[in-house]
Amino acid sequence: MSVTESPLARLSTDQIEEIGREFAAIHDEVFSELGDRDRRYIVSMIEMHRRLVVLSRLVLLFARAKPAWVAGTATLSLAKILENMEIGHNVMHGQWDWMNDPRINSSTWDWDSASTPAAWKHSHNYVHHTYTNIRGKDKDLGYEIMRIDPHQKWNPIYLFQPFYNVLLAAFFEWGVAFHDLDMEALRTRQKSRQQLTRELKGMAAKARSQIVKDYVAFPLLSGAAAAGAAVLRRRGRTEALRAGRDAFRATLAADFTANVIRNVWAYMIIFCGHFPDQTYTFSEEEVEDETRGGFYVRQLLGAANIEGSALFHVISGNLGYQVEHHLYPDMPSTRYGEIAPRVKAICEKYELPYNTGPLFKQLATVQRTILRLALPGGSPRPKPGPYRGEPTADAAPDPHDLAAAASV
Amino acid sequence: MAECVRTLGGRPTRVAERGATPKVPAWRLKALRALRAFFTPLMPDDYLELINPLWSTQELRGRIERIERETADAVTVLIKPGWEWEGHRPGQYLRVGFEVDGKHHWRAYSITSEPGRPDGLIGITPKLRETGAVSPYVVRHAKPGTVVRLGGVEGSFVLPDEVPERLLFVSAGSGITPIMSMLRSLDRDGGLRDVIHLHSARTEDDIIFGSQLQQLDARHDGYRLEKRLTRRHGRLAPADLEALCPDWRERESFVCGPAELLDALTLHWKQEGGDPDALHMERFQPIVGSGDGEHGDGGTIRFLKSDVGGESDGTTPILVAGEQAGASLPFGCRMGICHTCVGQLCSGRIRDLRSGVVHGSEGEMVRTCVNAPEGAIEIAL
Repeated sequence: MSVTESPLARLSTDQIEEIGREFAAIHDEVFSELGDRDRRYIVSMIEMHRRLVVLSRLVLLFARAKPAWVAGTATLSLAKILENMEIGHNVMHGQWDWMNDPRINSSTWDWDSASTPAAWKHSHNYVHHTYTNIRGKDKDLGYEIMRIDPHQKWNPIYLFQPFYNVLLAAFFEWGVAFHDLDMEALRTRQKSRQQLTRELKGMAAKARSQIVKDYVAFPLLSGAAAAGAAVLRRRGRTEALRAGRDAFRATLAADFTANVIRNVWAYMIIFCGHFPDQTYTFSEEEVEDETRGGFYVRQLLGAANIEGSALFHVISGNLGYQVEHHLYPDMPSTRYGEIAPRVKAICEKYELPYNTGPLFKQLATVQRTILRLALPGGSPRPKPGPYRGEPTADAAPDPHDLAAAASV
Repeated sequence: MAECVRTLGGRPTRVAERGATPKVPAWRLKALRALRAFFTPLMPDDYLELINPLWSTQELRGRIERIERETADAVTVLIKPGWEWEGHRPGQYLRVGFEVDGKHHWRAYSITSEPGRPDGLIGITPKLRETGAVSPYVVRHAKPGTVVRLGGVEGSFVLPDEVPERLLFVSAGSGITPIMSMLRSLDRDGGLRDVIHLHSARTEDDIIFGSQLQQLDARHDGYRLEKRLTRRHGRLAPADLEALCPDWRERESFVCGPAELLDALTLHWKQEGGDPDALHMERFQPIVGSGDGEHGDGGTIRFLKSDVGGESDGTTPILVAGEQAGASLPFGCRMGICHTCVGQLCSGRIRDLRSGVVHGSEGEMVRTCVNAPEGAIEIAL
């Protein structure tokens, strides 16, 4: 049952057209219904993020005390995750542009991340979402630094990928910001030096304000508060200075930790979007003269979902519905879960796979690929067959999985 | 007559979508700026808004304080601006942003209140248009406490600083709205010395501000109201002017109503020896209804930032038409998914080439790669 040949090859032109129409119909139907309920959701998310930030920053004024440090760091991490995933990513995709709100709009939004919105929107919304999983065109396929697909030519540098994979997870936002610069476009002269200079300036300004906020302004505020409190309690000068210094360091460490937690979380969700074993990649020839229907099928085959609870979907920006997100990147994220059954029905009807799995299973297959492809060789992983309705089989171990694991 | 909405053509620099920049004390702006490092990429404002949405210093907002019914299908909405009101001249209009079923809409309304009300409120008086997106909400569902966005005050249909001795007002339907602000201001400042007001409406019950006009008439010898009920007596014709206000040539005249009325009066002024400089008019343009034709004939496109004009036959997207005309426009996927190509629609309506649906309102961000103009449009690209 396991297949490696792309299902794209066995669909007729008519079938692809029909699939295109069916997917487009879901999009149109959802967009005709969007209204107050959707707006209330994103507005409440934005408000919740801001409340969490205020709460975490207040708690971190007392960061010298261990429980406050832990609670403050956890709250700040959650705020940053929410802001990047469910709010920033989705707003900048234009998912909320239909509201015609001048503030919650893809053209005006900025996020708590190292990437400038303009650069990120180009590399993500345009390059990645248009050329998803087309080898040589989708620059998110390994981010130009990793060998994530056996079709990529091996290079000795990839021997180090298991190491820089870990670094990338910890400092993901900086990796993404650098990736957005698209140095390859500079080499191939698609981008001028002036444009690069302009982008570097934008990136530097963004980086400076992010660093000042997390590593200077808030640590200083905590330090000043702690020193001030010591003075009020008529402690000596040395003691006040020490209190200030400790609070500064504790807040700095809290901010750093929160950023790393957010980065690792974003890395996990995003790497599970396209790199699990189930997904297909495509050659440029395969997708030549692609129609709208073909585009939908490629997105379906190139993305993989992550199963999880309602809370999981919120803090992953609904990217657990990566398949639905790639079919409809501009659809408000809250609708992905609602349309998932209809997407599955189309998969069942046309005998197409619907890639999904629990987080740790998906992550494990991604990490295995990163380790395996650090070395030369490797072949595409076996793919799941067509989606056959809500599985009872899912609960049982998949024999192909085990066989495949043994054959690496 | 349709809801009074003016097209805001020919304003290349001003982006319609946002609210006006509020008049905020300098010390406050300085304080907020100094704190920015803590809030980046957001502003301190974005957090203060959680406490009170009117505190935004980035755009002017207002809160609806009261809604007063004027007629069966018109209400006066009294709004308290968040910051010090920049003021307006009687006769000017204001853009107001309402949120209806999750979507944000801007509409321009004449201000019907006089400048400098002691309670600091400003009034607008929308009239119901059943097929409209905004007026059914404002007239039927809006409630006190609702926060709205406020745009800038605009319009040159205003009373001169030095009030002329003799005035003639001609209004029809909701054309009364800018004139009401003028009358209230004149009433307060003792300017109703020799004013004739010809107003027409379908029936007595359809007269917006009917009882207030009646009271003005009773209180001031210098104000005379001539009502014309069109259902019974037909529309006001320029020839009626001779009987109702024989000395119209000696008066400074202010006219607001449907285009036919304005055109007829302009012609009358020209032919009958009126002074064109003494004739002031406010042109109201009804919104073009959607679905009034499946043809999709395309139209002309003005790219305001690039300063070029393009044309579409109805099948060419705005983006392609612009590129053909030599504009350098942002684009990405060219199939409506990535939003790289969005530009702000400043006037006109567009047709979605995928669904055939005609849509678009002033200030909306639209995708140029999948939309074609439906008539003349302006886009801030």
